[in-house]
Amino acid sequence: MAISIDKNSQKIWAVRDRNTQLTRWFVYFVAVTVIMYCWQTISEATTWFFVLDAPRIAGDIGGRAMPPKWPYINELWKPLWDTINIATIGTVLSLIIAVPIAFMAARNTTPHHIFCRWPALLIIVSTRSINSLIWALLLVAIIGPGIFAGTIAIAVRSIGFCAKLLYEAIEEIDEKQVEAIKATGASRWQVIAYGIVPQIMPSFAGISVFRWDINIRESTVLGYVGAGGIGLQLKASIDVLAWPQVSLILLVIFAAVILSEMVSAKVRAAII
Amino acid sequence: MSTSMTASRKWRKPPMIKNSLMRWVLIFGCLIYLALAFGSFDVKWARVYEGLDRGWQFILAFAKPDFLSRKSDIIDGMTESAIMTITSTACGILISIPIGLGAARNIAPLPVYLVCRGIIAISRALHEIIVAIILVAIFGFGPFAGFVTLSFATIGFLAKLLAEDIEDTDRSQAEAIKATGASWWQWVTYGIQPQVMPRLIGLSMYRLDINFRESAILGLVGAGGIGATLNTAFDRYEFDTASAIIIMIIVIVMLLEYLSGIIRARLQ
Repeated sequence: MAISIDKNSQKIWAVRDRNTQLTRWFVYFVAVTVIMYCWQTISEATTWFFVLDAPRIAGDIGGRAMPPKWPYINELWKPLWDTINIATIGTVLSLIIAVPIAFMAARNTTPHHIFCRWPALLIIVSTRSINSLIWALLLVAIIGPGIFAGTIAIAVRSIGFCAKLLYEAIEEIDEKQVEAIKATGASRWQVIAYGIVPQIMPSFAGISVFRWDINIRESTVLGYVGAGGIGLQLKASIDVLAWPQVSLILLVIFAAVILSEMVSAKVRAAII
Repeated sequence: MSTSMTASRKWRKPPMIKNSLMRWVLIFGCLIYLALAFGSFDVKWARVYEGLDRGWQFILAFAKPDFLSRKSDIIDGMTESAIMTITSTACGILISIPIGLGAARNIAPLPVYLVCRGIIAISRALHEIIVAIILVAIFGFGPFAGFVTLSFATIGFLAKLLAEDIEDTDRSQAEAIKATGASWWQWVTYGIQPQVMPRLIGLSMYRLDINFRESAILGLVGAGGIGATLNTAFDRYEFDTASAIIIMIIVIVMLLEYLSGIIRARLQ
């Protein structure tokens, strides 16, 4: 908060003093310059004729896509079931791996600061930064196309996410309870089982349902690179320009994602 | 803590779900589901076994990533990804602020609220790749489709969190501004904006980081960025180039995360 002085040398309240204001203008100036430069580069790489023509094309595609081809839904149940399985089993697998990693990464439970905590953090960062689609691409190249590759891809991608949130929850626990369990002469494992696990159980359940919900959304596109699920049908339909099928698939995906989000919100509300 | 005393007067851990019927139904439900799910899995173990060799080669490739032989492709892809990330984040923030204001129940009238929430729901439900596929069909190949995709995805994320933040703001501060006779515009800038600004900047930094990660896959469907280079590298089984790209993505994401951590810490 600062005071500025106007022409009649009267004091007026201003939100910021002059230096802060100038710094702010400078930051804005740099930001706008960078963004405009980037925009120019994109603009050069764009065929503007296509973009200007886009409303017509969009209308055309939309016209072809409506009405959705409803009978096609009978061929979608199996891929949809696969998609849900990929997400669910992928989440379960990732949780099995994420729990020990989270305990290794949390400052208060790690067995060794350098030999356990840093590798665990490295695993968390590297699995988190790579999108599940890239993991799927890689796993399809390695173990062949199919649901299995998709499940492993989802599992690997989720390890970092779950382990990160879980280790933050472990670091935030109430140490007094742990102390109390220790005072009874409990072993290391008993301390974890009776002092730490009950405290992180609610966040564990919340994290797993939250990640499951995200994974449903992610597994709908894994088929695009051949890793099973409804994305396979989506790619096949788009490749042959069967727009009525595409619109039906999009509707099914939309419904599945909204439903899973509702389930996850309900469960999280019940836990917390 | 319920001290469930059994006949032998031995303490047992209280179960997580109190209702025992509910507990057993849930456990059996999960078991049946897992059995069904694994039943419909057809894993070709022979193929998996064959692939392990290639997997090992890929892991070995991480030990000696090849940054040089495809240097110009990698640099082009990375610049395009970075450019798409910056523009789409900026554009996404600009659009998501009005939508976030509209989606906050305490400052927006009901019709506006419903429209804005609808936009957010659509943007959140559709995966970036699906949006990108459709937009590539409409706009043609190139970074413009990727830019629009990422901007659209940013709206769903940022507007939702911003709206929740606005709904959580302290009413009395906004009330005090209103009591001075401020217009709606002044009310928002002096009563609401200072309360949500630190978190908005933090979230924007976080979204920048997400957008970069996402821009790495948009290339798979022809929407520009490093993804196309990565896909080509995989298709040609050039694992050393692929591992170089993946390492670069990890390093950049780590740097961005570190940077956003510093900025968020300074703001709070």
